[in-house]
Amino acid sequence: MNQMILERRQFLKGSGALFIAFTIADVIPAEAQTAPQKSLAADAVDSYLVVERDGRVTLYAGKVDIGTGARVAYRQIVAEELDTPIERIAMIDGDTALCPDQGGTGGSTGIVNGGMQIRQASASARQALVAIAAKTLNVPPADLSVADGTVRTRDGRTVAYGELVGGGHFDVKLDPKAPLKDPGQYKYVGQPVQRPDLPAKMTGRHTYVHDFRLPNMLHARVVRPAAIGATLAEVDERSIANIPGARVVRINNFLAVVAEREWNAVRAAKALRVRWTGGGGLPGSEGVHAAVRAAEVARNEDLIKKGDSAGTLRGAARKFAATYEWPAQSHASMGPSCALADYKPDSLTVWSSSQGTHGLRRIIGRELNIPVEQIRVIYMDGSGSYGTNGSDDVAADAVLISRAVGRPVRVQWMREDEHGFDPKGPPQLLDVRAALDASGNIAAWETEAWLPENTPNFRSRPMLAFLAAGIPQPVGQSVAQVQGNAYPSYDLPNITATVHWLKSTPLRPSNLRAPGKPGNVFAVESFIDELAAAANRDALEFRLAHLKDDFGLGLLKRVADRMNWKSRPSPNRDNRNGAVLLGRSITYVWYKHMDNRMALGLEVSVERATGKVRVTRVVAAVESGLMINPDAVKNQVEGNIVQAVSRTLLEEVTFDQSGVTSVDWRSYPILTFPDVPVVEVELIGTPRDKPLGAGEAASAPVPAAIANAVFDATGARIRRVPLTPARVRGALVSTRQT
Amino acid sequence: MANVTLRVNGRSQTIDADDPNMPLLYALRDNLELHGPKFGCGLGQCGACTVIVDGNAVRSCQTSVTQAQGKEITTLEGLGSPERMHKVQAAFVAEQAAQCGYCTNGMIMSATALLAKTPKPNEAQVRQALAGNLCRCGTHVRILRAVMRAANA
Repeated sequence: MNQMILERRQFLKGSGALFIAFTIADVIPAEAQTAPQKSLAADAVDSYLVVERDGRVTLYAGKVDIGTGARVAYRQIVAEELDTPIERIAMIDGDTALCPDQGGTGGSTGIVNGGMQIRQASASARQALVAIAAKTLNVPPADLSVADGTVRTRDGRTVAYGELVGGGHFDVKLDPKAPLKDPGQYKYVGQPVQRPDLPAKMTGRHTYVHDFRLPNMLHARVVRPAAIGATLAEVDERSIANIPGARVVRINNFLAVVAEREWNAVRAAKALRVRWTGGGGLPGSEGVHAAVRAAEVARNEDLIKKGDSAGTLRGAARKFAATYEWPAQSHASMGPSCALADYKPDSLTVWSSSQGTHGLRRIIGRELNIPVEQIRVIYMDGSGSYGTNGSDDVAADAVLISRAVGRPVRVQWMREDEHGFDPKGPPQLLDVRAALDASGNIAAWETEAWLPENTPNFRSRPMLAFLAAGIPQPVGQSVAQVQGNAYPSYDLPNITATVHWLKSTPLRPSNLRAPGKPGNVFAVESFIDELAAAANRDALEFRLAHLKDDFGLGLLKRVADRMNWKSRPSPNRDNRNGAVLLGRSITYVWYKHMDNRMALGLEVSVERATGKVRVTRVVAAVESGLMINPDAVKNQVEGNIVQAVSRTLLEEVTFDQSGVTSVDWRSYPILTFPDVPVVEVELIGTPRDKPLGAGEAASAPVPAAIANAVFDATGARIRRVPLTPARVRGALVSTRQT
Repeated sequence: MANVTLRVNGRSQTIDADDPNMPLLYALRDNLELHGPKFGCGLGQCGACTVIVDGNAVRSCQTSVTQAQGKEITTLEGLGSPERMHKVQAAFVAEQAAQCGYCTNGMIMSATALLAKTPKPNEAQVRQALAGNLCRCGTHVRILRAVMRAANA
């Protein structure tokens, strides 16, 4: 609470040559931030960068670090283009009173979009500093050089940045023509600089939003309805009369308890006797894909239409068709979402780990009729969120409760709130059809996908608190680009991919990591393997034969080399009698058909008796463009792979007619250490290119890679995720019978 | 209201507990304002709240303040500071073995308790010791490397 000064922390320097260690000022604690008058315009240099008299630089970023460690990369960009030692650069992210609105942080766009804006701001600032120095020193700008925050004339006179602009404004706009460093001269960009935040996080000194406290604050817990959308019929406040300080906050169907001490709020929420009526009406997760197929279609869209797939399929001798099903999944953040709010008659401050603080500010202002100028949302680190977990919702909870009680309020969700009520990655359904020609190549391909639509002109996901409180808000759904990679990344002569955009989906949907792509690629790359097997061809050779792109071919060959790939068709016929069956696969995806290209090799073992699948090894080659911090990119790629293994083997949100029933780590398990594979990542960087998203692409091929390796091991084709032991065992039994 | 005296990170501290069954986690976070142990599930399923009690890695969400009285409790803060990190903490930094860092408390505390009893574990033993600690960011491969690095430090 009392870290009122900028801290400078000494970093561990004993880690050998792997990492570059600098002493970088950690993020300024949010509680120490005051709100000076400062530019917020997205096109003004002053919005991003402030240079103090002593040469210290503060970067103000609208993009936030959502647990990826991206802050170090932003500082590397500034250090590079501003020519300032990285040790002098501090950073504040996502404070709406201080930081420009760079849009939400998601879809691996933090560096790709936000970082490049910051790069241009830094280059523009450097250009402006040189111009000021030219005037001050009375020499042409071309006669000046810059290094380490100091401008130098040819005859050796110097002037430091702090003397040129210290404490003042640049008053210049981002100049798209401001010269950028030649990548050959990079000193910071491209280096594996260590994250400045880890020493504090590894020693319990960092203040996450969960750790933040305000004077005179109350703790609150929200009491959820017995069924989604239920009406609150009765609350028995006497049922918590014995808990010190506990009291009820009720706004229509929004129900919460507050207390001075956190534990008293927790047990009051449990003890409170409540009667709910109505609500529910969900299809249940058992028949969810039948419900998806039957859902009302808003419109159809052809993602691609090339050649004549329908005609070719009609006339083809060898035709194949399959249906793939992807379940609803949860963000399943380790830390249940948390936020604090301080509602006053003329101001509202919110402390939140929202991935889009400016967007959250607009939603709150609009729904509660508060002028946005009176609202400040301050970003604080949360638990990793991978899309849209409960962070925005819990902020709305905190605001409503603070308004009701007239005091600052801290709300933390309980485990069952986060698993039960985070907006979900929606269930997906894909039908795929294809024809093989006489030489066993793909003659035609068709995808038909059933996916929830992004409601047209929809501005924001509805907040649970506002729904329950009866506060009018836009109705609709937002799922991001879930249609991505719904057709193969190969060159096929006749291909059609159609999306049936659905008006609704059973649970409130969102943009869970790599939205839609893991499910779509599960269908597409699994079916590619089915076709290869039908043609009695090797999975690698079949892919190479259908791909023209040299870079992609190179990636596949690199991975195959690392796996010591031996050409043979799947399944592995040598492998049918042991207690543990071994399988392999190789997959390829061009993420969104425009970002990273990537090849993935994967090995599994399958226990015949139990159906338990273990992913033992993953080998990835990923096109990574310009990498600001290669180790940070690698960390994201590794993380996406491991998380996608978890999603594929274990994860499905189950629900009945009333609501979600997978509300803890037993009913919604994730991968644990004994089952974590060996992960080998090769990043193929192209420093003269632009950055590509760091992590998401690596999630996309994993589910198909696992299903294909299981087929290789066992001959059983599984077209439904997750590949639980029961499902795999069932498939093994029916495969043996056929 | 009852007074409970806890010995945390080498210091005895007395807190007011309205409920003798209050989990230790709330005493540490809410009464003593420690940031190391995290609330993850409150069910003993994820390990984010792990502390070391008399040498054992313990889920502080499943241990009441009454049970914790008279015992030696160590939290992440008690292991080391940014300036003087414990070898396990230093190894996590050296391997950059975190993404969001929310689960890290449990990882470091469980690994520390393991190394105190088994100074030279093999990787399978580390995996087993951390089997009850969940990580959602998928940082497992780095965490394993960090624990092995600490074991060899």
